[in-house]
Amino acid sequence: MTASPETTAGQKIRVLIAKPGLDGHDRGAKIVARALRDGGCEVIYTGIRQTPQMIAEAALQEDVDVVGLSILSGAHLELFPRIVEELRSRGLDDVLLFCGGIIPEEDTDALEAMGFSAIFRPGTNTRDIVSFVYDNASSE
Amino acid sequence: MTDLIERFLAGERRALSRILTRVENGTPEGREYLRQLYPRSGRAHTIGVTGGAGSGKSSLTGSLAAELRRRGHEVGVIAVDPSSPFTQGAILGDRIRMQDLVLDPGVFVRSMASRGALGGLAPTIDDVVAVMDAFGFPYVFIETVGAGQDEVEIAGTALTTVLVNNPGTGDDIQALKAGIIEIADILVVNKADRPGADVLVSQLRALLSLAPSEGRDVPILSTVATTGDGVPELVDAIDEHRAWLDSSGELDKHRRQEARHQVLSVAQRILLERVRRETSEDALAELVAQVAGRGLDPHTAAEQLVEQGELV
Ligand code: B12
Ligand SMILES: Nc1nc2c(ncn2[C@@H]2O[C@H](COP(=O)(O)OP(=O)(O)OP(=O)(O)O)[C@@H](O)[C@H]2O)c(=O)[nH]1
Ligand SMILES: [Mg+2]
Repeated sequence: MTASPETTAGQKIRVLIAKPGLDGHDRGAKIVARALRDGGCEVIYTGIRQTPQMIAEAALQEDVDVVGLSILSGAHLELFPRIVEELRSRGLDDVLLFCGGIIPEEDTDALEAMGFSAIFRPGTNTRDIVSFVYDNASSE
Repeated sequence: MTDLIERFLAGERRALSRILTRVENGTPEGREYLRQLYPRSGRAHTIGVTGGAGSGKSSLTGSLAAELRRRGHEVGVIAVDPSSPFTQGAILGDRIRMQDLVLDPGVFVRSMASRGALGGLAPTIDDVVAVMDAFGFPYVFIETVGAGQDEVEIAGTALTTVLVNNPGTGDDIQALKAGIIEIADILVVNKADRPGADVLVSQLRALLSLAPSEGRDVPILSTVATTGDGVPELVDAIDEHRAWLDSSGELDKHRRQEARHQVLSVAQRILLERVRRETSEDALAELVAQVAGRGLDPHTAAEQLVEQGELV
């Protein structure tokens, strides 16, 4: 295959950005996906209306290092535990989990207990999101 | 390592996925997996789906996979999207058009970034295809990046190449100019629900009549990927092409050509890596500066690079 001479085999951080449930607010997810792309990650974007099984299955098939969930509908405490469970049941317990959107401060502890390493709320500078991924994810 | 291979051979999808990553990255470990699995490949019917950006490649691949599932076959899909030449990052969005397949245990969809490869595919695409093949999928689809004019690598990677065209986009002229039509084993007019589909079919037919035929007529089919119209006929045409490859002796020819191409391109990569390893950055910078200043031409500089030793 023809490649530019500077292209070398290499590891890239692969990130799945997913929108669970019936929430149609997709601007944030797309902005985060683009910011991570510009930061050098390979980002798989699932589109909206994903069930917990669909998200976990996509994470498995794509062998991602990071799963990021975007939610503005308020259904995170219902959906996120099911997503975590679906990931675990597929043996994906080593992925880095984080999320963003409209998530009340009082839910922080519950989400951390579920395994979410960070929550990014409206107004976040996407540079902070990219740095978070580079500081915490390990590609393979 | 053997553990992952055993799980792969037992049909575990997570093992497939992890091995794909290592093989895609071309790490020494990945090459060892490939070495062990390669003898098991060569059974799948590999089908390339290429065509302009937004022509419906992903939607069509999804509909084709769904039709093959109805016929009782398992399907692997590899979908390539471009890496940014500036940041080397990528957004891989082909899956969005294959939603209905996500929960089907008989389908496995893997996205790949082009990682600087020219030609519409990715540097290690052939290795990744071989792993999917070795896993036992009887059909493996390869969706290229939205191809412009000379992204013809797919014809080597896949046994059957499907070229997707759309009405009202000037695709006939594009095809004529680029010669991309020559790599097509099957021509598809997708978005046939839009005006101009019949005209495009006859334009493509006229174009084909000018091309040298290789003992086989290239079929032209109309599809609506979003509804599945015309997709069963396209699956039939794909199967017929495979049968023709088998009976005409073209299959062996294709395999030998492709093997030769792969061996030579890997050799090229190894040589390049060796040169990069054995050249110090300073020596390279010095040569580059001379060329940039027009004191030395690029060919002489490259020859000096390859004459190792002096520069280390
Ligand atoms: C624009 C908007 C819409 C647009 C959406 C367009 C689109 N395609 O996205 C439209 C008009 C369609 C819409 C509709 C609705 N909306 Co509305 N909408 C908004 C609004 C004003 C802004 C959202 C937005 O796009 N922000 C810009 C993006 C860039 O920011 P962001 O998504 O927050 O993302 C940032 C961070 O949160 C974070 N982030 C987000 N996701 C992720 C993911 C990861 C992995 C990471 C790391 C970070 C991260 O990073 C981003 C960058 O900083 C918000 C109010 C608000 N101020 O947030 C209401 C809001 C979200 N909507 C709301 C509601 C109720 C609705 C409707 C139900 C209204 C209705 N009754 O019809 C519908 C539902 C539509 C649906 N199908 O889901 C409520 C939700 C209430 C709740 N959760 O309790 C809000 C909060 C308004 C309010 N105060 O009531 N809406
Ligand atoms: N009307 C109509 N729209 C279609 C058809 N096939 C695909 N589309 C739409 O065309 C758009 C692009 O489809 P994709 O399948 O993403 O096209 P693609 O060639 O994979 O695109 P890239 O991978 O980005 O190059 C989507 O909005 C599809 O819904 C069709 O047969 N008819
Ligand atoms: Mg596509």
